[in-house]
Amino acid sequence: MDFAELVRGFPELTTTGLVQGAIYALIALGYTLVYGVLRLINFAHSEVFMIGTFGAIWTWAAFGLNSNSGAPSVGRALLLIALAIVAAALLSGSVALLIEVTAYRPLRRRNAPPLAFLITAIGASYALMELMGTLTQRRQVGAPALLPAKTLFSIGGWSVTPVQMLTLSVAIVMMVGLDWFVNRTRFGKGIRAVAQDANTAALMGVNKSRVIALVFVLGGLMAGVAAVFSDMKSGNTRYNIGFLLGLKAFSAAVLGGIGNLRGAAIGGVLLGLVENYGSALFGSQWRDLIAFVVLIVLLMFRPTGLLGESLGRARA
Amino acid sequence: MTALRERWHSASSAIGRRVDGLPKSARITGLLAFIAFLYVLPNKWFYEYLNIPGLWIPLYTTRNDMAAVLFYCAWIVLLSLGLNVVVGYAGLLDLGFFGFFAVGAYTVALLTSPESKLITEYNWLESPWPWLVTIPIAIALALLSGVLIGAPTLRLRGDYLAIVTLGFAEMIRIIAKNQDWILNGDRGIPQVAHPPGKYPDGTAIFQFEFKPYYWLLLTVIIGAVFLIRNLANSRVGRAWVAIREDEDAAELMGVPTFRFKLWAFAIGAAVGGLSGTLWAGQANFVNSSTFSLENSILVLAAVLLGGAGSIGGAILGGFLVIYIPEWLRSVGDVFGLPETATVFGNDFDVSPTSLRYFIFGILLIVVMIFRPQGLWPNRRRAAELKDRQKEVAVVE
Repeated sequence: MDFAELVRGFPELTTTGLVQGAIYALIALGYTLVYGVLRLINFAHSEVFMIGTFGAIWTWAAFGLNSNSGAPSVGRALLLIALAIVAAALLSGSVALLIEVTAYRPLRRRNAPPLAFLITAIGASYALMELMGTLTQRRQVGAPALLPAKTLFSIGGWSVTPVQMLTLSVAIVMMVGLDWFVNRTRFGKGIRAVAQDANTAALMGVNKSRVIALVFVLGGLMAGVAAVFSDMKSGNTRYNIGFLLGLKAFSAAVLGGIGNLRGAAIGGVLLGLVENYGSALFGSQWRDLIAFVVLIVLLMFRPTGLLGESLGRARA
Repeated sequence: MTALRERWHSASSAIGRRVDGLPKSARITGLLAFIAFLYVLPNKWFYEYLNIPGLWIPLYTTRNDMAAVLFYCAWIVLLSLGLNVVVGYAGLLDLGFFGFFAVGAYTVALLTSPESKLITEYNWLESPWPWLVTIPIAIALALLSGVLIGAPTLRLRGDYLAIVTLGFAEMIRIIAKNQDWILNGDRGIPQVAHPPGKYPDGTAIFQFEFKPYYWLLLTVIIGAVFLIRNLANSRVGRAWVAIREDEDAAELMGVPTFRFKLWAFAIGAAVGGLSGTLWAGQANFVNSSTFSLENSILVLAAVLLGGAGSIGGAILGGFLVIYIPEWLRSVGDVFGLPETATVFGNDFDVSPTSLRYFIFGILLIVVMIFRPQGLWPNRRRAAELKDRQKEVAVVE
């Protein structure tokens, strides 16, 4: 127990925890969207995120940037990041759609038991991970350093780097945007209707297949955005990066109440913060343990997570 | 496509009826012959003659020693049998099965290794114990850990149970990886004892060769199948099925659901622990890397691929999830496939060895689409699923 370390590093632990939490939250939204509508843990979502990390790096490579090239000018860097976000989000979104069409839709047509979906999810996860492993020769791929690693501004001991600032602001915009989309638009109404009662919604004229496809694409887009910031934060990626991050993001979704969008956002941020504080207290080798301890203790007392599960229910 | 499926279904059910129609003596003879076949299988002089004429690819593995592959198959089969009790019979989704395996393996390692800290540092033990004595202790500890983890968590349902079991297994793994007081962290515990037994000429049977371990595991599996089969046909087994089908209805009918769920969890854990002891006896070395979540997921895939709730299915699934990827490694040798491909000046490893889990993943999806109930489903479940398929969703 190292309280001195926690107190001394508190500002930095908080900012890095928030950034990590924002990445978890963006991935967790994909799990929670699919779960809310289909009651299905989409285990292949971690690979959707993993492919996004490569999508971003390939985009930068197409402009001649790799891990050894120097930092471009700020305007060019921001443009490149915006391009990478679009590319990675599109790639992740299409992969998510591909998984839904090939691995889940045929099973739904046959009214297969829920556990069968788990196996096709595992199958899709293996296939995507191994495919990328082969394509990248199972090596670590470095990302270029686009933004300088210096402090952007600091207020009373709280300093923020450009990457952190950008991650947090884009993540907030994406989350608010998704919340608006699901709660305020016609498409969102369709999603909530199918989440609440799929068959009744279908009888009322909602195109169920299209809503489910939309949900997968939305989750994929969020994972793609998270992937870009994960690249910029850690500076590299691997074909098996999705496993641990996906697991944490899924825990975050459960923590907030799976099937609940705001819950996923809160769960992600909370997990990022708790992990950081905990690793300062107990040592960084226990970082992954802390996440699971918090999750299990919370589920003992609130079996449906912090905000409870609801995509269509509470505000319907 | 549908016509083909109909024909396949009628053909497979006809075979099933034919087998059921055989006299009991014929069925038992067939079973005994199959068991004898399994015992002979790891011998090179035997399996090399199994080359079916007309088939280009031999069914045995050419890249790895067949006995080793069979040992790993048998290992996963035993684990699938244990998980089948939890997932298949009681319908509890357990994603952390390897946690119990870890308990079994570490118990054996701590008690039998002369390098164990129980001996070298804490002096709790005078000298290492023999392997055989530690087995009941390991199984009892695994059972106990099943009860300890199950008691607070089994009130959760469905997917929440899955994430909590997953969390517990990861906690066990991370603790085993990081702490240094007893388990030696990542360095692990070396010099774990082998099972006892000597050939007439005085050399030990259980050394580093895989064949005797495969035979040992096979024998244990036969015993486990016998026990689990009887259990499933008893009052306990019927309670499990009732819980799986409708927990609330079962509770109302007077089934103490929590107690039976705990039983299923504990029995599954005990089988997992047993599997851990056998594995530790072969590997001679235990550290946390075997207890990864990937392995838990692989065993779950085995149970569901074979058909949840059926012993035959668990065995078939456990065999296939290890055997198919291993066998795919030999395909390249037979067809002379290239090992690498050059695209845009980059070399990619496209050998079947490298792509085997990619192919395996695709196979999992395809099999589940065509047989969502699993390859060898439990009859009652298969009938229920057939009913389900009739009540297809309103609009797709």
